[in-house]
Amino acid sequence: MKATIIVTPKKAVLDPQGKTVANALEQMGYKGIGAVHVGKYLEIELPAGDPESWRKQLDQACHRILSNPVIEDYHLEIEA
Amino acid sequence: MNFAVLQFPASNCDQDALHVVQNVLGHSGRLLWHKERSLAGFDAVIIPGGFSYGDYLRTGAIARFSPIMQAVQTFAAQGGPVLGICNGFQILCEAGLLPGALIRNRSLQFRCEHIFLKTAAHDSPFTRQIPEGKLLRLPIAHGEGCYFADDATLEQLQAGRQILWQYVNAAGEPSDQANPNGSLRNIAGICNPARNVAGLMPHPERASEEILGSADGRLIFESLISWLQTKLATAA
Repeated sequence: MKATIIVTPKKAVLDPQGKTVANALEQMGYKGIGAVHVGKYLEIELPAGDPESWRKQLDQACHRILSNPVIEDYHLEIEA
Repeated sequence: MNFAVLQFPASNCDQDALHVVQNVLGHSGRLLWHKERSLAGFDAVIIPGGFSYGDYLRTGAIARFSPIMQAVQTFAAQGGPVLGICNGFQILCEAGLLPGALIRNRSLQFRCEHIFLKTAAHDSPFTRQIPEGKLLRLPIAHGEGCYFADDATLEQLQAGRQILWQYVNAAGEPSDQANPNGSLRNIAGICNPARNVAGLMPHPERASEEILGSADGRLIFESLISWLQTKLATAA
Protein backbone atom coordinates (compact mmCIF):
# COMPACT_ATOMS: atom_id res chain seq x y z
CA MET A 1 0.00 0.00 0.00
CA LYS A 2 1.20 3.52 -0.62
CA ALA A 3 0.13 7.11 -0.22
CA THR A 4 0.67 9.76 -2.85
CA ILE A 5 0.54 13.42 -1.92
CA ILE A 6 0.57 16.32 -4.35
CA VAL A 7 1.37 19.72 -2.88
CA THR A 8 0.70 22.82 -4.99
CA PRO A 9 1.00 26.54 -4.28
CA LYS A 10 -2.33 28.19 -3.46
CA LYS A 11 -3.75 30.13 -6.39
CA ALA A 12 -3.47 33.42 -4.49
CA VAL A 13 0.26 32.91 -3.84
CA LEU A 14 2.87 34.27 -6.22
CA ASP A 15 4.38 31.35 -8.13
CA PRO A 16 7.41 32.72 -9.97
CA GLN A 17 8.56 29.21 -10.78
CA GLY A 18 5.27 28.35 -12.52
CA LYS A 19 5.32 31.64 -14.36
CA THR A 20 8.88 31.08 -15.57
CA VAL A 21 8.03 27.59 -16.82
CA ALA A 22 4.96 28.98 -18.61
CA ASN A 23 7.11 31.63 -20.29
CA ALA A 24 9.64 29.00 -21.37
CA LEU A 25 6.92 26.79 -22.85
CA GLU A 26 5.46 29.77 -24.68
CA GLN A 27 8.89 30.65 -26.11
CA MET A 28 9.39 27.06 -27.23
CA GLY A 29 6.28 27.34 -29.34
CA TYR A 30 3.64 25.79 -27.09
CA LYS A 31 1.13 28.54 -27.71
CA GLY A 32 -2.08 29.11 -25.83
CA ILE A 33 -1.26 27.35 -22.57
CA GLY A 34 -2.64 28.80 -19.35
CA ALA A 35 -0.96 29.29 -15.99
CA VAL A 36 1.54 26.68 -14.83
CA HIS A 37 1.75 25.67 -11.16
CA VAL A 38 4.86 23.91 -9.93
CA GLY A 39 4.42 21.77 -6.85
CA LYS A 40 5.77 18.69 -5.10
CA TYR A 41 4.96 15.01 -5.32
CA LEU A 42 5.50 12.73 -2.34
CA GLU A 43 5.17 8.97 -2.32
CA ILE A 44 4.99 7.24 1.05
CA GLU A 45 5.25 3.47 1.32
CA LEU A 46 2.84 1.97 3.83
CA PRO A 47 2.55 -1.49 5.38
CA ALA A 48 -0.73 -3.30 4.74
CA GLY A 49 -3.40 -2.02 7.08
CA ASP A 50 -6.58 -0.01 7.34
CA PRO A 51 -6.48 2.64 4.57
CA GLU A 52 -8.86 4.91 6.46
CA SER A 53 -6.64 4.96 9.50
CA TRP A 54 -3.65 5.87 7.31
CA ARG A 55 -5.68 8.54 5.56
CA LYS A 56 -6.51 10.12 8.90
CA GLN A 57 -2.91 10.07 10.10
CA LEU A 58 -1.43 11.35 6.85
CA ASP A 59 -4.07 14.04 6.55
CA GLN A 60 -2.83 15.29 9.89
CA ALA A 61 0.80 14.99 8.75
CA CYS A 62 -0.04 17.03 5.63
CA HIS A 63 -1.39 19.79 7.86
CA ARG A 64 1.45 19.68 10.35
CA ILE A 65 4.53 19.33 8.18
CA LEU A 66 4.15 18.00 4.63
CA SER A 67 2.41 21.16 3.44
CA ASN A 68 2.12 24.69 4.78
CA PRO A 69 -1.59 25.65 4.77
CA VAL A 70 -0.64 29.34 4.56
CA ILE A 71 0.79 28.96 1.06
CA GLU A 72 -0.05 25.46 -0.20
CA ASP A 73 -2.90 23.06 -0.95
CA TYR A 74 -2.49 19.31 -0.96
CA HIS A 75 -4.20 16.28 -2.43
CA LEU A 76 -3.81 12.94 -0.66
CA GLU A 77 -4.52 9.51 -2.18
CA ILE A 78 -4.14 6.10 -0.60
CA GLU A 79 -3.59 3.27 -3.07
CA ALA A 80 -4.04 -0.36 -2.10
CA MET B 1 22.17 39.77 29.53
CA ASN B 2 22.45 36.12 28.57
CA PHE B 3 21.58 35.11 25.00
CA ALA B 4 20.83 31.64 23.65
CA VAL B 5 21.88 31.28 20.00
CA LEU B 6 20.22 28.17 18.59
CA GLN B 7 22.14 25.79 16.35
CA PHE B 8 20.42 23.48 13.90
CA PRO B 9 22.17 21.20 11.44
CA ALA B 10 23.29 23.66 8.71
CA SER B 11 22.79 26.85 10.68
CA ASN B 12 25.63 29.07 9.46
CA CYS B 13 25.21 32.49 11.06
CA ASP B 14 25.30 31.17 14.63
CA GLN B 15 28.93 32.15 15.26
CA ASP B 16 28.37 35.63 13.83
CA ALA B 17 25.38 36.20 16.10
CA LEU B 18 27.31 34.99 19.14
CA HIS B 19 30.28 37.19 18.16
CA VAL B 20 28.10 40.29 18.13
CA VAL B 21 26.49 39.44 21.47
CA GLN B 22 29.77 38.67 23.23
CA ASN B 23 32.55 40.60 21.54
CA VAL B 24 30.78 43.60 20.08
CA LEU B 25 28.17 44.22 22.76
CA GLY B 26 29.92 42.67 25.76
CA HIS B 27 27.10 40.42 26.90
CA SER B 28 27.10 36.71 27.55
CA GLY B 29 25.76 34.06 25.23
CA ARG B 30 25.96 30.42 24.44
CA LEU B 31 25.31 28.24 21.40
CA LEU B 32 22.48 25.85 22.07
CA TRP B 33 22.23 22.66 20.00
CA HIS B 34 18.73 21.96 18.68
CA LYS B 35 18.45 18.74 20.68
CA GLU B 36 18.50 20.71 23.94
CA ARG B 37 15.19 21.08 25.74
CA SER B 38 15.68 23.92 28.19
CA LEU B 39 16.17 27.67 27.97
CA ALA B 40 16.57 28.10 31.72
CA GLY B 41 18.91 30.97 32.58
CA PHE B 42 18.57 32.77 29.24
CA ASP B 43 17.13 36.27 28.82
CA ALA B 44 16.70 36.17 25.05
CA VAL B 45 16.81 33.73 22.14
CA ILE B 46 18.34 34.30 18.72
CA ILE B 47 17.46 31.89 15.93
CA PRO B 48 20.25 32.52 13.43
CA GLY B 49 20.40 32.26 9.67
CA GLY B 50 21.48 29.30 7.60
CA PHE B 51 19.92 26.42 5.77
CA SER B 52 18.62 24.24 8.59
CA TYR B 53 18.07 20.66 7.40
CA GLY B 54 19.20 21.68 3.93
CA ASP B 55 15.94 23.62 3.43
CA TYR B 56 14.38 20.21 2.68
CA LEU B 57 10.60 20.17 2.18
CA ARG B 58 10.30 23.92 2.91
CA THR B 59 12.64 26.38 4.60
CA GLY B 60 12.33 25.96 8.36
CA ALA B 61 9.72 23.20 8.07
CA ILE B 62 11.76 20.49 9.76
CA ALA B 63 13.71 22.65 12.22
CA ARG B 64 10.48 23.77 13.84
CA PHE B 65 9.97 20.23 15.17
CA SER B 66 13.40 20.12 16.85
CA PRO B 67 13.22 19.56 20.62
CA ILE B 68 14.50 23.07 21.44
CA MET B 69 11.56 24.64 19.59
CA GLN B 70 9.15 23.36 22.25
CA ALA B 71 11.18 25.33 24.80
CA VAL B 72 11.10 28.36 22.49
CA GLN B 73 7.28 28.15 22.32
CA THR B 74 7.08 28.17 26.12
CA PHE B 75 9.73 30.91 26.44
CA ALA B 76 7.82 33.09 23.95
CA ALA B 77 4.45 32.41 25.60
CA GLN B 78 5.94 33.69 28.87
CA GLY B 79 6.98 36.93 27.18
CA GLY B 80 10.64 36.10 26.55
CA PRO B 81 12.10 37.89 23.53
CA VAL B 82 12.90 35.78 20.46
CA LEU B 83 14.63 37.16 17.36
CA GLY B 84 14.71 35.11 14.16
CA ILE B 85 17.16 36.20 11.46
CA CYS B 86 16.78 34.96 7.87
CA ASN B 87 16.34 31.19 8.27
CA GLY B 88 15.35 31.99 11.87
CA PHE B 89 12.48 34.11 10.52
CA GLN B 90 11.43 31.23 8.25
CA ILE B 91 11.50 28.82 11.22
CA LEU B 92 9.37 31.18 13.36
CA CYS B 93 6.75 31.40 10.60
CA GLU B 94 6.68 27.63 10.14
CA ALA B 95 6.36 27.24 13.91
CA GLY B 96 3.32 29.52 13.94
CA LEU B 97 5.06 31.99 16.27
CA LEU B 98 4.81 34.57 13.49
CA PRO B 99 2.06 34.79 10.84
CA GLY B 100 2.59 34.27 7.12
CA ALA B 101 5.31 32.45 5.22
CA LEU B 102 8.51 33.13 3.27
CA ILE B 103 8.43 31.83 -0.28
CA ARG B 104 10.74 31.77 -3.31
CA ASN B 105 12.06 35.18 -4.37
CA ARG B 106 10.06 36.77 -7.17
CA SER B 107 13.21 36.76 -9.36
CA LEU B 108 13.91 33.08 -8.58
CA GLN B 109 17.46 34.27 -7.84
CA PHE B 110 19.39 34.03 -4.60
CA ARG B 111 19.87 37.67 -3.66
CA CYS B 112 23.06 38.64 -1.87
CA GLU B 113 23.43 42.41 -1.53
CA HIS B 114 23.01 45.39 0.79
CA ILE B 115 19.54 46.91 1.05
CA PHE B 116 17.96 49.82 2.92
CA LEU B 117 15.44 49.17 5.67
CA LYS B 118 12.91 51.55 7.09
CA THR B 119 11.74 50.91 10.63
CA ALA B 120 7.96 51.08 10.46
CA ALA B 121 7.27 50.73 14.19
CA HIS B 122 9.61 51.88 16.94
CA ASP B 123 7.54 50.57 19.83
CA SER B 124 8.97 47.06 20.02
CA PRO B 125 11.83 45.45 21.95
CA PHE B 126 13.72 45.15 18.66
CA THR B 127 13.35 48.70 17.34
CA ARG B 128 13.07 51.05 20.34
CA GLN B 129 16.66 52.36 20.03
CA ILE B 130 16.50 53.00 16.29
CA PRO B 131 16.26 56.77 15.71
CA GLU B 132 13.14 58.03 13.88
CA GLY B 133 13.84 58.38 10.19
CA LYS B 134 17.10 56.41 10.33
CA LEU B 135 17.48 53.97 7.43
CA LEU B 136 19.36 50.77 8.20
CA ARG B 137 21.90 49.57 5.64
CA LEU B 138 21.98 45.79 6.02
CA PRO B 139 22.94 42.80 3.88
CA ILE B 140 20.47 40.19 2.68
CA ALA B 141 21.40 36.70 1.50
CA HIS B 142 18.44 34.50 0.69
CA GLY B 143 16.60 32.62 -2.01
CA GLU B 144 13.32 32.36 -0.14
CA GLY B 145 12.60 35.70 1.44
CA CYS B 146 9.39 36.77 -0.26
CA TYR B 147 6.97 37.46 2.58
CA PHE B 148 3.46 36.19 1.92
CA ALA B 149 0.29 36.34 4.00
CA ASP B 150 -3.38 36.53 3.00
CA ASP B 151 -5.11 39.92 2.90
CA ALA B 152 -6.78 39.52 6.28
CA THR B 153 -3.43 38.76 7.94
CA LEU B 154 -1.76 41.70 6.20
CA GLU B 155 -4.50 44.01 7.47
CA GLN B 156 -4.02 42.66 10.99
CA LEU B 157 -0.27 43.20 10.77
CA GLN B 158 -0.78 46.75 9.60
CA ALA B 159 -3.47 47.57 12.16
CA GLY B 160 -1.47 46.01 14.99
CA ARG B 161 1.72 47.86 13.97
CA GLN B 162 3.41 44.48 13.64
CA ILE B 163 5.30 45.39 10.48
CA LEU B 164 8.66 46.39 11.97
CA TRP B 165 10.83 46.79 8.87
CA GLN B 166 10.23 47.42 5.16
CA TYR B 167 12.56 47.40 2.17
CA VAL B 168 12.95 50.97 0.91
CA ASN B 169 15.10 52.91 -1.54
CA ALA B 170 17.79 55.37 -0.45
CA ALA B 171 15.11 58.04 -0.13
CA GLY B 172 13.18 55.88 2.34
CA GLU B 173 10.32 55.01 -0.01
CA PRO B 174 8.99 51.43 -0.08
CA SER B 175 9.13 51.25 -3.87
CA ASP B 176 8.77 48.11 -5.97
CA GLN B 177 12.31 48.55 -7.24
CA ALA B 178 13.67 48.56 -3.69
CA ASN B 179 11.93 45.26 -2.99
CA PRO B 180 14.57 42.54 -3.48
CA ASN B 181 12.31 39.51 -3.31
CA GLY B 182 8.69 40.45 -4.01
CA SER B 183 7.59 40.59 -0.36
CA LEU B 184 4.03 41.85 0.02
CA ARG B 185 3.95 45.48 1.27
CA ASN B 186 7.79 45.39 1.07
CA ILE B 187 7.81 43.53 4.39
CA ALA B 188 11.31 42.66 5.61
CA GLY B 189 10.43 41.90 9.22
CA ILE B 190 7.46 41.58 11.55
CA CYS B 191 6.61 40.85 15.17
CA ASN B 192 3.81 38.93 16.89
CA PRO B 193 0.86 40.76 18.52
CA ALA B 194 2.57 40.59 21.95
CA ARG B 195 5.66 42.15 20.28
CA ASN B 196 8.17 39.80 21.95
CA VAL B 197 8.80 37.58 18.91
CA ALA B 198 10.25 39.14 15.77
CA GLY B 199 11.77 37.92 12.53
CA LEU B 200 13.54 39.62 9.66
CA MET B 201 15.27 38.46 6.47
CA PRO B 202 18.22 40.91 6.50
CA HIS B 203 21.28 40.14 8.63
CA PRO B 204 21.93 42.66 11.43
CA GLU B 205 24.67 40.39 12.84
CA ARG B 206 26.67 40.83 9.63
CA ALA B 207 26.52 44.61 9.93
CA SER B 208 27.31 45.42 13.54
CA GLU B 209 30.86 46.73 13.11
CA GLU B 210 32.18 49.55 10.94
CA ILE B 211 34.87 47.28 9.51
CA LEU B 212 32.08 45.27 7.86
CA GLY B 213 30.81 48.32 5.99
CA SER B 214 27.89 49.08 8.28
CA ALA B 215 27.22 49.00 12.00
CA ASP B 216 23.50 49.69 11.65
CA GLY B 217 22.61 46.17 12.72
CA ARG B 218 23.83 46.97 16.25
CA LEU B 219 20.76 49.14 16.77
CA ILE B 220 18.54 46.07 16.67
CA PHE B 221 20.59 44.19 19.27
CA GLU B 222 20.99 47.34 21.39
CA SER B 223 17.22 47.84 21.28
CA LEU B 224 16.72 44.34 22.62
CA ILE B 225 19.33 44.81 25.37
CA SER B 226 17.85 48.12 26.50
CA TRP B 227 14.38 46.55 26.55
CA LEU B 228 15.65 43.67 28.69
CA GLN B 229 17.41 46.09 31.05
CA THR B 230 14.22 48.14 31.43
CA LYS B 231 12.21 44.99 32.06
CA LEU B 232 14.68 43.85 34.71
CA ALA B 233 14.73 47.25 36.40
CA THR B 234 10.93 47.32 36.50
CA ALA B 235 10.79 43.83 37.98
CA ALA B 236 13.34 44.67 40.69
